[in-house]
Amino acid sequence: MDMPTKPKQFPLPSSLKVVPGTESAQAAYPYYTQFEPADDQRFWFYNSMHFPEPMSAFDMVTAEAAYCALGASNTRVHCLPTTLGIDHRIINGRVYIGGNAVTDPQEIARRLEEFKQRAFYYYANWERLYAQWREKMMGLITAAQELPKPQLPEFEPLANVHAGVGIAANHRLLDTYQKTLEGYFRMWHHHFEFLLLGYGAYLTFFDFCKKAFPEITDQTIARMVAGIEAEIFRPDDELRRLARCAVELGVDAHFGKRLSANELIATLQTQGQSGLAWLKELEVSRHPWFNINVGDGFYHYHRAWNDDLSMPFASLPDYIQRVKDGESLHRPVEKLLAERQQLIEDYRELLTTGEERAAYDQMITLAHRVFPYVEGHKFYCEHWYTNLFFNKIREFGALLAEHGFFADAEDVFHLTHYELESAIIDLMTAWSNGSAPRGPGRWPGIVAERRAAIREWAKHETPPALGVVPDVIDDPAIVMLWGITRESLDAWLSTGADADPNELKGFAACRGVVEGTARIVKSVDEISRLQKGDILVCQVTNPTWAPIFSKISAAVSDIGGSMSHAAIVAREYGLPAVVGTGNGTSRIKDGQRIRVDGGRGIVTILQ
Amino acid sequence: MAQNDSGFVGWFAELGLADRPQVGGKGGSLGELERAGIAVPPGFVVKTAAFEQFLAAAEQEAPIRARVAALDPEDLAGVTALSRQLRARVHAAPLPPDISAAIERAYTRLNAQQQAAVAVRSSATTEDAADASFAGLQDTYLWVRSLEQTLDKVRSCWGSLYSVESITYRRRHGFAEADVAMAVVVQTMVDARTAGVMFTRSPLTGDRSVMAIEGSWGLGSAVVGGEVTPDRWVIGKITGEISVREISNKQICHVPLTEGGIESVEVPEARRHTACMSDEELQALRAIGRKVERHYGRPQDIEWAVDRHSGAILLLQSRPETVWSSKEAAPVDRPAADPSLHVLKIFGGSR
Repeated sequence: MDMPTKPKQFPLPSSLKVVPGTESAQAAYPYYTQFEPADDQRFWFYNSMHFPEPMSAFDMVTAEAAYCALGASNTRVHCLPTTLGIDHRIINGRVYIGGNAVTDPQEIARRLEEFKQRAFYYYANWERLYAQWREKMMGLITAAQELPKPQLPEFEPLANVHAGVGIAANHRLLDTYQKTLEGYFRMWHHHFEFLLLGYGAYLTFFDFCKKAFPEITDQTIARMVAGIEAEIFRPDDELRRLARCAVELGVDAHFGKRLSANELIATLQTQGQSGLAWLKELEVSRHPWFNINVGDGFYHYHRAWNDDLSMPFASLPDYIQRVKDGESLHRPVEKLLAERQQLIEDYRELLTTGEERAAYDQMITLAHRVFPYVEGHKFYCEHWYTNLFFNKIREFGALLAEHGFFADAEDVFHLTHYELESAIIDLMTAWSNGSAPRGPGRWPGIVAERRAAIREWAKHETPPALGVVPDVIDDPAIVMLWGITRESLDAWLSTGADADPNELKGFAACRGVVEGTARIVKSVDEISRLQKGDILVCQVTNPTWAPIFSKISAAVSDIGGSMSHAAIVAREYGLPAVVGTGNGTSRIKDGQRIRVDGGRGIVTILQ
Repeated sequence: MAQNDSGFVGWFAELGLADRPQVGGKGGSLGELERAGIAVPPGFVVKTAAFEQFLAAAEQEAPIRARVAALDPEDLAGVTALSRQLRARVHAAPLPPDISAAIERAYTRLNAQQQAAVAVRSSATTEDAADASFAGLQDTYLWVRSLEQTLDKVRSCWGSLYSVESITYRRRHGFAEADVAMAVVVQTMVDARTAGVMFTRSPLTGDRSVMAIEGSWGLGSAVVGGEVTPDRWVIGKITGEISVREISNKQICHVPLTEGGIESVEVPEARRHTACMSDEELQALRAIGRKVERHYGRPQDIEWAVDRHSGAILLLQSRPETVWSSKEAAPVDRPAADPSLHVLKIFGGSR
């Protein structure tokens, strides 16, 4: 071949241009998130796992708060020996991240001594600290629920005056906003209190298995460790319970009538005791288990089931049919636990020495100890708490819209959290002075401009990585959280020249070979396009997609490792899945026939 | 069977590995498998006592073992000349009548049950002992269709102990000739729809948690002899997960000839790219492999076949796997004083 060899390098950050016409929207992101010339010296990759779509200005707080807490945990709290935190940069609404590895052997040794005193204490006292963690999280959730709804009455309520409260409603506005933001940043610190330690302990066992059993699949190791009653399965379990209730109460016929969620609830309210009994069961399920959003907690528009019942209700007719067909829809917890134990013992038996078995026992014990946190934290952090947070911001949006700042409450998410505070202070000041706020003359134009910019950015592909590829990716945080290795980067670079254009490689998430029609689903709104037997091709999936798993025949995602929620849920439902293909949603065209080999991690475009 | 036949002939169900000095490695293994409840094609072993009696008669005419023991293994011409001479003598010598009668009665009983052709297979006493490589050096005769042919092939098997390869191997490894005897397995042929081999650990990585299965249409001789690229699967020993599935272009297959022996025929185009085993059969084979491995307590190298008529999976042979088992692998890991120390392999930068 006389084709020139492709340089093993991604574009430099400085060569990445802001899309013309979106410069001021780009400038809205904080100065410390803008690329600067020195960034050309470093390696960055696009965090499409968490941020697969261009981010609105407010939603960037999710990156900021997360990386503040992740970095603090790695760098200052547990003192991971070989890695510090992760820097983030934003261009065209896309979040690029770069790790800070520690390479000086002396510094690694110094940090190692600190790490042992900190992390080892957590491992040794895991159950107690995790029980304490849940209390802290529930306290944080309760505090967020108790924050008052932001409002500005014309006159301060007489009762407050007589009680000598001494502060007025406009101050409570600022107080509530700051507490909302403070709680969100605090939540992320709790999120990372255990996360890296948990993943690290799991990976320790994972690596042992890969050495002892070189051909073991990732999913087998995951099955040995995965919890049976983890929180991530509960929302879907509740839907199955509600389907059984509907049949038992004899109200199941109403679910097949293609009514909207609200129409259905209204209908059931007229169905006497049984209708009311089902609605009562619905309330039991909703609190707390419908506090799950349809994303991963990074976009304000990924609404919770509780805020939009259409998603959970969409899967009820199918579940009801299965109940009527005689399925119990119960997860056989005892049986699954016994199977997991048998799997662990069978692999143990294959080890050749007593020493190996003793080491295996230590590692699987540690992995089991940390795993409830690894599987459970997302429900409390990215889902429940995050829903409360975005909904509180939404209330501010409604108040500001009421005062003419926006046409629609949702417009608030086009302001950064700094700008939102300034708008609130603008409104506070105007309210106190009896004058007109300045915001209504300022924000509508900016919001329109930024909304257009996001639409524009979404049309442009962005490189998967920027800068010079390091020889080794030895940053445990990057490897653990994003599954990125030198091999995966080489695979990204080789796309095109020597690779089979019809083949995509990813992580084998759940075994099984399926052929079918690809449906590219880039946002939750498109879910309704999925027909029975289609193969879901998406950027990232999470547990809320589980109900549609009974409809599709396989799943392919751009991002995710064998530990991602897409993989965990696919295994739970026995759905063939390949995750982490990198660019499946852009290389596969909607309607194409594809083959998914979930055991080998290969997707083939058949045309 | 006459009472005194048991000195010369043993049925699989009566035999085990402990009987190897009398029935050779292959015979002992087949008996051991049948006793463990593994399906094997039915059959019997012509024990070493028959060989010894036959050889003693031959030795009276002219010495055999002493001449072999005196050979220099590097003297190819000398080995070749003696080999030719001894094989001719063994093949031409008459069978003692009591041995011949014992084999006839066993053959009749086997054939009365099966009405089928038999395989006549060498089963040397050194086989699978010091070095399993010795196993492949003696002859096997497939699709033998008459008593006369069976008796003839028994002598041929005895004679194959004096093949150039076999003699050279024994001399190089210093085996005492007096300790080397030959038993012969006579067993019903399986008219195989599919046949192949199975390793109960990965031949590529030595991984004991997977099995590698190779198979092709027809008799296993096409796979063992390397005349066809077989279909190949890697299957989780515990999970049953099929992680590798390579369906090859299987151009030829071996089928039995009515007059005895086998021939190689072309596989019809439509079947060449079709998997020769269903997933259910692969899972059944996995269960058999696990049972055999558990029985022996170590990884096995197995030959198997699927009966064309009954669909039953039968084992033709199981030997200890030798390639990986002989490697002294360093332990994967050791227990740590504090279990937390294990995580340093991830966090300490030594990954």
